[in-house]
Amino acid sequence: MARVLLFGPLGDLAGWRERVVEAGAGSVAALRDLLAAEDADLGLALSAPGVQVAVDQAIVRGDIALAAGAEVAFLPPMSGG
Amino acid sequence: MIRLADRAFDPGALLSDFCKGRFESGAVASFTGLARAEAGMATALELEAYPGFTEAQIGVIAAQARERFNLDDALIVHRTGRIAPGEPIVFVATAARHRRAAFEACDFLMDYLKSRAPFWKKEYGPDGARWVEPRDQDHADVARWE
Repeated sequence: MARVLLFGPLGDLAGWRERVVEAGAGSVAALRDLLAAEDADLGLALSAPGVQVAVDQAIVRGDIALAAGAEVAFLPPMSGG
Repeated sequence: MIRLADRAFDPGALLSDFCKGRFESGAVASFTGLARAEAGMATALELEAYPGFTEAQIGVIAAQARERFNLDDALIVHRTGRIAPGEPIVFVATAARHRRAAFEACDFLMDYLKSRAPFWKKEYGPDGARWVEPRDQDHADVARWE
């Protein structure tokens, strides 16, 4: 089980900003594949350069295993101020 | 100190409070960013943050600023939610012994906030809404410090 958060344009594209994925999310890559199987456009956007991933509020690079209940956030290019 | 504000704030009041009780700082610099109307092309901004993560990430860079510029203190207040043209989006204040460090730290923090802090900015206008990405200039600005 993982809690998935989408920010900025990713949330608009998916039509949701937060959801729980019950099964099949053993790693970041597996989670991305699972979301891409449901929504190909979202899958492409999640893999786009410039999209960072945070697991339990820490930026991760590449693929890592996800503990049960992990919070996984997909972060498109940021713009504040 | 780092704060996300979901309502309009008064930069003057923040600056007054920030200056109070400082007997050794000597220099306070501040910056206030306002939402532009773009001659009617921008009717509102919507700022999204990742609560907890956003403050923590800004905290990392604020700590860098404190060390790099030997600051006595720094305050960052950033709006989230819907912002009308003319309203403040961001307020940064820095306190140091002398002015150069206070000015530079303020500049450094703003360059970081524009393109590296976890915010997502949507601009609403007569033709609909669009997500704003950092401009090349914003990337060049932050690269000056690296």
